Amino acid sequence: MNILWLQASGCGGCTMSLLCAEDPNLFDTLSGAGLRFLWHPGLSLETGAEARAILAAAEAGEVALDILAVEGAIARGPRGTGRFQMLSGTGRSMLDWLRGLAPMAENVVAVGTCATYGGVTTAGGNPSDAVGVQYDGAHPGGALPAGFRARSGLPVINVAGCPTHPGWVTETLLMLAAGTLGPEDLDAFGRPLFYARHLVHHGCPKNEFYEYKASAIEPGEMGCMMENLGCIGTQAVGDCNIRPWNGEGSCTRGNYPCINCTAPEFEEPRHAFGETPKIAGIPVGLPTDMPKAWFMALASLSKAATPARIATNATADRIETPPTLRKPKGRR
Amino acid sequence: MSAPTRLVVGPFNRVEGDLEVHLDIADGAVAAAQVNAPLYRGFERMLDGKDPRDALTIAPRICGICSISQSAAAARALGAAMGLVPTPQGAAMAALIHAVENVSDHLLHFNLFFMPDFTRPAYAGRGWFPRAVARFTAIEGGAQRAAIEARASLMHILGLMAGKWPHTLAIQPGGVTRAPGPREKLRIEITLRAFRRYLEEVVFGGPLEDFVALETVAALSVWGRGDVGLFLEIAADTGLAGLGRGRGRYLSFGAYPVEDRRIYAPGLWQDGAVQPVVDAAIVEDLSHAWMLGETAHPFAAETRPDEAMRAGAYSWCKAPRLAGAPAEVGALARQVVDGHPLARALAAGGGGVLARVAARLLELAHTQLVMEDLARGIDPGARFITQGKIPEVGQGAGLVEAARGALGHWLRIEGGRIASYQIIAPTTWNFSPRDGAGVPGPLEAALVGAPVAAGEDTPVAVQHVVRSFDPCMVCTVH
Repeated sequence: MNILWLQASGCGGCTMSLLCAEDPNLFDTLSGAGLRFLWHPGLSLETGAEARAILAAAEAGEVALDILAVEGAIARGPRGTGRFQMLSGTGRSMLDWLRGLAPMAENVVAVGTCATYGGVTTAGGNPSDAVGVQYDGAHPGGALPAGFRARSGLPVINVAGCPTHPGWVTETLLMLAAGTLGPEDLDAFGRPLFYARHLVHHGCPKNEFYEYKASAIEPGEMGCMMENLGCIGTQAVGDCNIRPWNGEGSCTRGNYPCINCTAPEFEEPRHAFGETPKIAGIPVGLPTDMPKAWFMALASLSKAATPARIATNATADRIETPPTLRKPKGRR
Repeated sequence: MSAPTRLVVGPFNRVEGDLEVHLDIADGAVAAAQVNAPLYRGFERMLDGKDPRDALTIAPRICGICSISQSAAAARALGAAMGLVPTPQGAAMAALIHAVENVSDHLLHFNLFFMPDFTRPAYAGRGWFPRAVARFTAIEGGAQRAAIEARASLMHILGLMAGKWPHTLAIQPGGVTRAPGPREKLRIEITLRAFRRYLEEVVFGGPLEDFVALETVAALSVWGRGDVGLFLEIAADTGLAGLGRGRGRYLSFGAYPVEDRRIYAPGLWQDGAVQPVVDAAIVEDLSHAWMLGETAHPFAAETRPDEAMRAGAYSWCKAPRLAGAPAEVGALARQVVDGHPLARALAAGGGGVLARVAARLLELAHTQLVMEDLARGIDPGARFITQGKIPEVGQGAGLVEAARGALGHWLRIEGGRIASYQIIAPTTWNFSPRDGAGVPGPLEAALVGAPVAAGEDTPVAVQHVVRSFDPCMVCTVH
């Protein structure tokens, strides 16, 4: 099964992250499942005329196109021409190429939040009038219409994340190769449920601080970052703290807030990223599925019950007070 | 003399982002080149009016390969505006995090971006060809597999100290968000030892100290070990020393600020001597860019795309000039300015494709030693961050070194919001279009004279020259 990879308007970071795949490395992970790149702009040998020939053959249906993977948002500007991104050497915009290639593909995978929903490429007034492959922010219909279906019958598969975890991408591709990814395996924003059925909160090492609303006040402190520092890991989908990044990392393990980068429109939170918006001193935004009254009641109760150890550590830059030891009551 | 012919090369892959090169060919060589960055993104516009701290989230997303460099520049620019410097240990940890990214980029460039061109059928008759194919075939070569595994393991330092890569928020104006303890220090040292073993066994085939001690091009050329030895053999056989020569004017902002110095010194190398870098002498010329406005210093500049894409202009890339002239940036520039004898010898020898690639390898070895020093120096009891306030009005520049060279962010704050944010990326310098005086950018100049064989539609020599710069087009067109 082959993959044609296009890099549209983005940072290339999802490919860079993909190269961090481990156990085994990316190339062995893909080839072991019978996946190969028809062409990848960062990895393949073919350049210039050779690459143009591959693209033309795929568009003409002369070679089967099993998976079209798109990284980066699709620029529509200026004035709807798409000329803010020309695919070099071809005289055609990326927008035009995408619309030509997508109908030929058995499946279309949008890799990263720029490709899925527009992402950071569309921040701050969207200077290049960019959209996602099949979404414009949270609205269905992007560079491809909301009703687009690949030859398999699936809509564009949205592997959202900024960047994507290498496992999210390789596992999506391998499930497609195995024929085990169906419409029921995607959430309402087209994201594969195998990682989108979790919250970033799950497995966050700050959970004990969260339980007591023992909060960090400044960046670099150990406490929960929900109350003051803009963390929305309780609302963000992703298994970032269940299977960590680059060995043993995640945003909250790195001691900085989750900014919900797997979500449409995360790029414009309408407040500073590192600051929790508040009304009358009360943070705005509830943990997912939590009734407001209960959250308020539990938060005030748990805050009042915060053990000294947890309160002290919350505003320290490292764990200063270890857990109290309890002597076993057994043999002597 | 035969009539010149025109060649358009693209899509130009194995660079970060997209690139189109227009060539005038005469008498079997490139007579003139125009480099076009065919993408406009508008990050500077996005940042206008935002909370200045948001630059720490948005700016890294300019680039997925030098994301930490963007973080570091944004944090330094903010810090300058705030009158805040990182704690000494915070600065050292930020330097280590940054060095991991730069080293990873050098490794990736050599193995995945640059070397595969020598597996092309055009080289099938050469004695080294079977070894090049075994090591560097795209996606399948042994060196490629080993490189991505070593890189992924090295990046465990980033998982540990920066949460993830790319796009971390760990680097702040006052230091880093996570304070390492004794365990973290140990893990970093363990990871670095494993990475050294890989470098010595696979890439260099010998002790890093021996490679860093090389002083002459002659000594380099007989290194003869590891994948570096294979590269040097290929370089000698294909004449890479004479291909794609530079103009000999090299700029570095200086890499890895720690306490009172930068580990790799800043400066401008010109006419055989290092001069200080004068920030005020930097301007961006818009004469051949699809940008509206006047030539200006980044504190006074604006970014207004020319939606009509006027004739006469040919790129979304502005043309940065220092004291009126272009400058080449990158590992070669950095090591020449820092004073490494081998780098200066490579520059004196013409600064061509061999020089750029060899300097990157030199820096790969050298920076491993730097990272080991930084790791040894971690004090798990120290403060790694300090806090400050964003001013109502202020400005600051963050000048750092990405893997690909000098990276600057220039920030102005008014009313507590970003009033202007200007970025000059390394490849903006290297792949700059012509300026108002018609002076070409460094790549455009280096391509002149590159041989083009009859019937070549994507000349392989042109590819070697372009990739020797390790361009990052997504940064260029921020």
